[in-house]
Amino acid sequence: MTTPQLEILAIAVVTAVGCALVGSFLLLRGMAMMSDAISHAILPGIVIAFLIVGDLSSPWLVVAAAAMGVVAVILVELLYRTGRVREDAAIGLVFPALFSLGIILITRVVGNVHLDTDVVLLGELAFAPFDRLVIGGHDLGPRHLYLMGTITAINLLFIVTFYKELKLATFDAGLAAALGFAPAAIHYGLMLLVSITAVGAFDAVGLVLVVALMIAPAAAAYLLTGRLGRMLWLAALFGLLTAASGLWLATWLDASIAGSMATCAGLLFAAVYMLAPRHGLLAVLLRRRRQRYQFAQTMLAIHLLQHEGRPEEADEARVDHLYGRHVGWDRPFTTQVVAQAVAAELVIRRDDRLTLTDRGRTRAAQALAL
Amino acid sequence: MTQILIDLVTDYTLRTVALGSAALGLVSGALGCFAVLRRQSLLGDAISHAALPGIVLAFLLTGSKTPLVLVLGAALAGWAAALLVMLVVKTTRIKPDAALGLVLSTFFGFGLLLMSIAQRSAGAAQAGLDRFLFGQAASLVGSDLVTMAVLGGVVLILLLVLWKELKLLAFDPDFLVALGLPVRSLDVLLTTLLVVAIVIGLQTVGVVLMSAMLIAPAAAARQWTDRLGRMVLLAGLFGALSGLCGAVLSSIVPHLPTGPTIVLCVTTLTVVSLLGAPHRGLIAVWLRQQRGRRRLQRDAVLADLYHLAAQHAQPDRAPHSARVLRAMGTPAGLNRTLAHLTGEGLVRRTSDGRWRLTLAGVAAGRRLVTEGPTPADREDRS
Repeated sequence: MTTPQLEILAIAVVTAVGCALVGSFLLLRGMAMMSDAISHAILPGIVIAFLIVGDLSSPWLVVAAAAMGVVAVILVELLYRTGRVREDAAIGLVFPALFSLGIILITRVVGNVHLDTDVVLLGELAFAPFDRLVIGGHDLGPRHLYLMGTITAINLLFIVTFYKELKLATFDAGLAAALGFAPAAIHYGLMLLVSITAVGAFDAVGLVLVVALMIAPAAAAYLLTGRLGRMLWLAALFGLLTAASGLWLATWLDASIAGSMATCAGLLFAAVYMLAPRHGLLAVLLRRRRQRYQFAQTMLAIHLLQHEGRPEEADEARVDHLYGRHVGWDRPFTTQVVAQAVAAELVIRRDDRLTLTDRGRTRAAQALAL
Repeated sequence: MTQILIDLVTDYTLRTVALGSAALGLVSGALGCFAVLRRQSLLGDAISHAALPGIVLAFLLTGSKTPLVLVLGAALAGWAAALLVMLVVKTTRIKPDAALGLVLSTFFGFGLLLMSIAQRSAGAAQAGLDRFLFGQAASLVGSDLVTMAVLGGVVLILLLVLWKELKLLAFDPDFLVALGLPVRSLDVLLTTLLVVAIVIGLQTVGVVLMSAMLIAPAAAARQWTDRLGRMVLLAGLFGALSGLCGAVLSSIVPHLPTGPTIVLCVTTLTVVSLLGAPHRGLIAVWLRQQRGRRRLQRDAVLADLYHLAAQHAQPDRAPHSARVLRAMGTPAGLNRTLAHLTGEGLVRRTSDGRWRLTLAGVAAGRRLVTEGPTPADREDRS
């Protein structure tokens, strides 16, 4: 790997980790789409600040544009509080309007190579190594690395400092308010951080894909653990993996870095979604299947218990009478359930007739007692 | 202005653009009502973003830039995205909004990845794939119009045919189940219609902003009426109007991207509706609240004056100073309220600056105290 490639990797990793950290809280607070709204809404902020500052990587631009993100959040909340539109519609009204404003400003007013619609959507990570931070004649490395590094460090500092408050405000806002933790302050602090992160990541991956970096690693982590601390670590790790694999994919296909990173974020989530031990699709489907059969076994035991010692028992306990009108199962399913019930020692099969064992009787009685 | 109207009829390009944008606004506005009422506003956002990889894949696989092929790719991808969102929500503990954001951003990212490949290998710029990002009304030609009209016509006809069922789906899906109608199929059908409505607009508005065309007209129309039929009609009208305005503006002014212009038009319409609609409008509500507050103040002062006056032998000849009224805890704005009551002929100011009830005032005060407050002229319907 050459030095520019390493530098790009470093910027990508720092960006992805910073996004994943704040993204985790957005996800848990049920505000994932707010990242979409904020990332779109900061565009007019960036354009206006760029017109004033004239430099895309200036810290002032970050602050001014981030303020726009918070304005968007407040607009959404104001609109929602009028009671005239629902929250999702409020989000869907505010961000396209602000984004449109930004796009029109870019094409009509700015229209130069540093800021055009391609940059807005794709970022320009590939060119980041050319923009150096030079202090006193010393080349200290790419400027974006410092910018994004600072932002990610601020995110980390905020989360470590206010971990307890964030946790409480996220999971029990009422209790947080009652204990005097000011959930509103935490809320707007978080929104400000999301905005700042989105502005910083804008250069790297473009506006729309910030959403991918914020949500996908966090969602994948959320499927793997139920503990906040572990989720944050995992999300950061997934962010790192996303950045590295995305960069590799982009180099391999000679394609857009931002697009590749978002694709990898999606693939990573898909893999976790399939394979996660408890919440993954496979695990869920297997569990549902197992539960279906277990339920059927219990049903079988109950059915046998109901007719036990009665005149119709000889008829009802025959396997070929189970499917069809008695229990309503089809034949292969019945065969399988019976085989499983025999294996589990719930019933004993003699020829074509089933008899409950003690264990089967207990199981049926327990189920009925519930 | 007149020149624009003449051009609208005579100029082929402008006429095509205007008709196309109006058609997209009409269909997306009407369909958007159902999305907004069912709290699926942002599903449209996910579908439209997710259409991008479908468009580029269709182009890469067929090498064709026929709108119908690209639209078909867009529809397939959008539909797949909608199903994926439902699947993730149904099978995991991930909330709907996160699933939407996830699918939206990763599909869109994949689309951009494909687009960068297409740009390099096949010249996607020549194929005009760029225009699907922010829309380019000027790129519409007659055959696009036919495609849009046919697709949009089918959507609107289905909407009419299934009107009762879709209405129930929006307001009372449980009742639909109780009637024994296939809710799942209707749900999928409505999502499919949504997908079609979205892909119609992609060429003009673009994938990034198409969701606004679903939400904004519906949100605007909702403010003017409480009836679904009227809401759908109005939303279609609003959508068509803003599509027309935006497309014409962007055709006349050079370098004005169509999508954002249309979105700003429709947002303006929505803001006007939110503020100015007769019953639900924020201005109307504010005025109503002000009126109600003034009525409460008037009643309170009138009642206080009556209680004071009733202790005298001649109630209409018993003046009291404003300070007494203040001491009785009269709400703010006492002077204005007294002026108002004077205007009604219920109160008169005496020469020494105190206030007394007239005979009519005594009667009104008695009525107020014995029969309760003046009935509101209209119930607050917010």
